[in-house]
Amino acid sequence: MSATEITVDHPQRAKAFVHNDSRAHWHDQALWFVRVKRDRMAQSLPEWEQLRAKASQIKTHTISRLADYLEQFEREATKRGAVVHWAADAAEHNEIVLRLLREHGVKKVAKSKSMLTEECHLNPFLERHGIEVIDTDLGEWIVQLRHETPSHIVLPAIHIKKEEVGALFHERLGTDAGATDPKYLAEAARQKLREVFLSAEAGITGVNFAVAETGGIVVCTNEGNADLGTALPKLHIACLGLEKLIPRAADLGVFLRLLARSATGQPITSYSSHFHGPAPGGELHIVLVDNGRSNILGSDDYRRSLHCIRCGACMNTCPVYRRSGGHSYGATVPGPIGSILNPARDLQKYAKLPSACSLCASCTDVCPVKINLHEQLLTLRRDVARAGHLSRGKRFMMRSASFVFRRPRLYSALGKFGRWSLRWLPRFMIYGPWNPWGKQRDLPPPPRRSFRDEFRRRQA
Amino acid sequence: MSTKQAILDRIRKHLPQATELPALDLPAITFPDPVAQFSEVLASVGGSCLSVAEDLAQAVRTLPCFASARQIVCQVEGLPLGNKNLSEIADPHDLNDVDLAIMPGDFAVAENGAVWVSDRSVRHRAIYFLAQHLVLVVARAHVIDNLHQAYARLEFAERGYGLFISGPSKTADIEQSLVIGAHGPRSLTVLVVGGL
Repeated sequence: MSATEITVDHPQRAKAFVHNDSRAHWHDQALWFVRVKRDRMAQSLPEWEQLRAKASQIKTHTISRLADYLEQFEREATKRGAVVHWAADAAEHNEIVLRLLREHGVKKVAKSKSMLTEECHLNPFLERHGIEVIDTDLGEWIVQLRHETPSHIVLPAIHIKKEEVGALFHERLGTDAGATDPKYLAEAARQKLREVFLSAEAGITGVNFAVAETGGIVVCTNEGNADLGTALPKLHIACLGLEKLIPRAADLGVFLRLLARSATGQPITSYSSHFHGPAPGGELHIVLVDNGRSNILGSDDYRRSLHCIRCGACMNTCPVYRRSGGHSYGATVPGPIGSILNPARDLQKYAKLPSACSLCASCTDVCPVKINLHEQLLTLRRDVARAGHLSRGKRFMMRSASFVFRRPRLYSALGKFGRWSLRWLPRFMIYGPWNPWGKQRDLPPPPRRSFRDEFRRRQA
Repeated sequence: MSTKQAILDRIRKHLPQATELPALDLPAITFPDPVAQFSEVLASVGGSCLSVAEDLAQAVRTLPCFASARQIVCQVEGLPLGNKNLSEIADPHDLNDVDLAIMPGDFAVAENGAVWVSDRSVRHRAIYFLAQHLVLVVARAHVIDNLHQAYARLEFAERGYGLFISGPSKTADIEQSLVIGAHGPRSLTVLVVGGL
């Protein structure tokens, strides 16, 4: 979708989404509902803020000794019978997975949700090599059947309406035409995917946390698909981004208390599975992936983005994400955290994402590991400008603003002119292609006098 | 140079100032009646909790999921209610017809309605997910307050598999409507046994 795009044009991509007003509104409300559930959970724990602070400290520490912890993790995982593989980038990750599947003669894989494999475009790669991959998380499966990508990292099908799922299942599974009852549709999926679980020859999962001290990996789901997908076949491949490391098993007490509460407003996911080594008679292969993470580690400005535990809370709360949809970001991880992780890796391609932000800082307020998201987004805008990735129009505007802001008298005169114009000029002169802000909304009514005038008046 | 070495070198080159590993000395929530709290939270995530003072077998027999079950796996010691023996089954795929699994839980966590189970003396971990309904049996004395206490009890010195189960399998992937019974058990009942 975005592989060939040189620059991801967020405003352009959001246009279609925003065009359907009732749908955009529905999307906005659906995510706000999740945000409200998150608040309720956060408020039910008196130690919530201390938990966030602790989680942040643990992550800061882990990253400061990441190489040691990775080596320790490999040692301990190996001791318990797992095999650890190292992949520098997406291509190497995909090659390792393919080789493992081929060595085991696997033709059909049950995959559970893993944003890392999305990031690496593993599915299309395996399919090109004749391996059938079925996403078993219901949301991801719906998205896969529609030949789309997830629009949210926790709620992959949040942009899809039940009528559309009904039509899709009618066509692909033979469910009743016009059926829209989520219960009925989920039951049909259960039946179909049970066949997949029983016939798959390998299971691929992501990893939520990897414990250096014990060499264990933890996978969290509500559906139980990661467990079902790995409990039946002999081969389990777990794909692990290297920022998922934590030092001790006891640290899970902190992170599992934060993760589901922040993500969906649940006290914990239905299943939080701890894998230490393979099942008896089976094999566990863990593919550790860098893919640009170690470079972000080198940046004082963006290092903290590696704290992310992928809960999606910043998306649920973001006014821009809620009103523009995940696909408008043109990346596997959308929303505020995606607007950092993607440009931090490829500034030119994702130059527009840091501007898909009103700097309201709501993301920073809800982040369970205290990433200073809005500050990083602002810093990125500076980097985008310095690297010369701003459009000509924006560059001109920024230069003009800088010129005006340095001249108080000019600023004051222009303010007066602006207030006068908004009051007296006809609509067609104010709203036009030169005023993108006014495309779908009116400018606020101008104040009678400037702040400075008002201040002087009250002082007198 | 191997990929591993290249990644580690790149990380070491970029490492920031080291910080201390923080102590896990958090104050954590506790409850006057952990069983009541556990029961309430479990109900809120779609499960149900029953206190059983005396006759465990009788309590299980009165459950609706027992009445309708034909293939039953029971791994709880001293509870002869199963008709399918896990240790006699070679291939976990053969567990697909199990209607009900009755399994022991190590302990339960009041703050989030979760029960810890593992594959210790359970030959096929798939049983927790293939069964249409799941009953977990936990001793009243093993209901703890919060997750920090849980990890103080857990050790991962050897290979093995264990998990927290909080409620039945569920999904909200279609328009955020909660549907119970996604891929795994359609119901979860936790029986808390023993007196105070």
